[in-house]
Amino acid sequence: MPIETPPPLEPLIFELSVAGRRGLPWPKPDIAEAENESPLPAALRRRTPPEWPEVAEPQVVRHFTRLSQLNFSVDTHFYPLGSCTMKHNPKAADRVVLLPDFIGLHPLRPHTLSQGILEILHDTERWLCAICGMDAFTLQPSAGAQGELTGVLIARTYHESRGQNRPVVLIPDSAHGTNPASVAVAGLTAVTIASTPDGHVDVDVLKSKLGPDVALVMLTIPNTLGLFEPRLREIAKMVHDAGALLYMDGANLNALVGLLRPGDLGVDLLHINLHKTFSTPHGGGGPGAGPVGVKAFLSEFLPTPRVVKEDGVYRRRMDFPKSIGKIHGFMGNVGIVLRAYCYLRLLGEEGIRHVSENAILAANYLRVKLAPLFPKMPKKPCMHEVVVSGEGAFGPGVHTLDVAKRLLDEGFHAPTIYFPLIVPEALMIEPTETETKETLDLFCKTLESIVEESRTSPEKVTSAPHRTPIRRVDEVKAAREPDLRFKRIP
Amino acid sequence: MKPEELRFVETHEWIAPDGTVGISDHAQHEITDVVFVELPKPGRVVKSGEAVAAVESVKAAFDIYAPVSGTIAAVNESVTKTPGLVNQSPYEAGWLFKVKADREEERNGLMTHETYQTFLKSETH
Repeated sequence: MPIETPPPLEPLIFELSVAGRRGLPWPKPDIAEAENESPLPAALRRRTPPEWPEVAEPQVVRHFTRLSQLNFSVDTHFYPLGSCTMKHNPKAADRVVLLPDFIGLHPLRPHTLSQGILEILHDTERWLCAICGMDAFTLQPSAGAQGELTGVLIARTYHESRGQNRPVVLIPDSAHGTNPASVAVAGLTAVTIASTPDGHVDVDVLKSKLGPDVALVMLTIPNTLGLFEPRLREIAKMVHDAGALLYMDGANLNALVGLLRPGDLGVDLLHINLHKTFSTPHGGGGPGAGPVGVKAFLSEFLPTPRVVKEDGVYRRRMDFPKSIGKIHGFMGNVGIVLRAYCYLRLLGEEGIRHVSENAILAANYLRVKLAPLFPKMPKKPCMHEVVVSGEGAFGPGVHTLDVAKRLLDEGFHAPTIYFPLIVPEALMIEPTETETKETLDLFCKTLESIVEESRTSPEKVTSAPHRTPIRRVDEVKAAREPDLRFKRIP
Repeated sequence: MKPEELRFVETHEWIAPDGTVGISDHAQHEITDVVFVELPKPGRVVKSGEAVAAVESVKAAFDIYAPVSGTIAAVNESVTKTPGLVNQSPYEAGWLFKVKADREEERNGLMTHETYQTFLKSETH
């Protein structure tokens, strides 16, 4: 639904504060105050109490309810943010997580009293193995990038255990931007490989860079152009012949589930994102989960503790001497894993296959339907997302950024823009499998009218958004002169 | 510095006869407003093609590669304080660092301003 008029700005909770106002009367503490008992040195201790907002309960409720109404979210709007896979979070899974038996769990409870949750973790690992064609999984990493770090550490430890010094990791320029960062954090050196003009790995360049110094080749599949790597088997053989491992950034597994198993094509290890492919909530910065799967020969390097089933009993085992160690507290973000478990149970083997089929169908529907608007629309089929250059599509002086802002006026979250960097004026559209044809049609119609408007009244597009509480943000000023501290203006 | 006196590389850095390095006018235009610049430490030994600095715009962060092998002799502190200089004056006040080349001849093998202009036209996008 389009937003008709700009909603009013909501003040900060601090601005609503009135000295002495209370929501609830707090009982007097029944233990002595621990003054001067802090283990922190005096210099590090606060001298004045923090300025908590002092507000009444109805104000708090209305304030946060209004903020939530100002939000763009998957629960309120179509959200085709490419590469991020903003798909619907089934409410049944949220409901299960809130059951008292799960809320009351404590990670320090002995395994004898935690059999249910350990079974869920164990089964989720097994199902992820079956989906990805891997032999073992860890559920510990709390995000895709932490999964990458886990994978790179496993590869480094594997080579070290064989007495080999391999400091280099090869990464195509169509990979996720976090890949080189994860490599650097793991103490290795990332080397970028340019793609071919049609967006695939340049196999000749890859071959020329493969040598005894290469630990790992990291491929994002499908890549950030939404394309599958057709020569994957051949690449895998080359990588293995050079003694290196093949890593798959499986953040885009949304396009492959039930259709293809990376492990069958020569991938040695991979991470996936439960908050993308397996529909767990994505917003608010987490918590997420980026499980890592490996082939059998790498399983002894996985993080500990690991859930094992022995004589019908589930246990957490730490005794894996070659393990890279801990990656996360306890067993990872268990509440998120539990939602993914529910999702898999809800869909079953047959249902899970339709997830990827429909994600691919929706992306290609948009690719074909939007083709008349974009002279540079790719002709070849894409996977779960479509990347198109805005070059030549809009009126004079109108850029992809302006069109993205104008979409906000019409009640759509903008697609990802200016990524991947190898496509100028890029729009990266990922509709996901959960949208109806009607929603996709409305999105196309809206984009068509904005493109038309960019020719007839370009200034209306370049000055967008008009109907959001905050108009065009000065991103340059915000980045050059960040002002991040709240100051009360008397 | 006149662009005609500079040599260019395909990753859009320029290098002056005295070893001063910056990014081309085309590059500053493409990446839009620069909001952050990270410079190498003077004395660092670098190889041509090695990422030695980073320039960040509101669009993304970009590596800056050394056009020749050598040693970092000086850096332009004023661009770290005022990153917009890279946009306003890519060939003068917006220079990034100076590299003392191992081999003076290496610079002569790079593209002239004229060749660079032809290269820009030939780039697929």
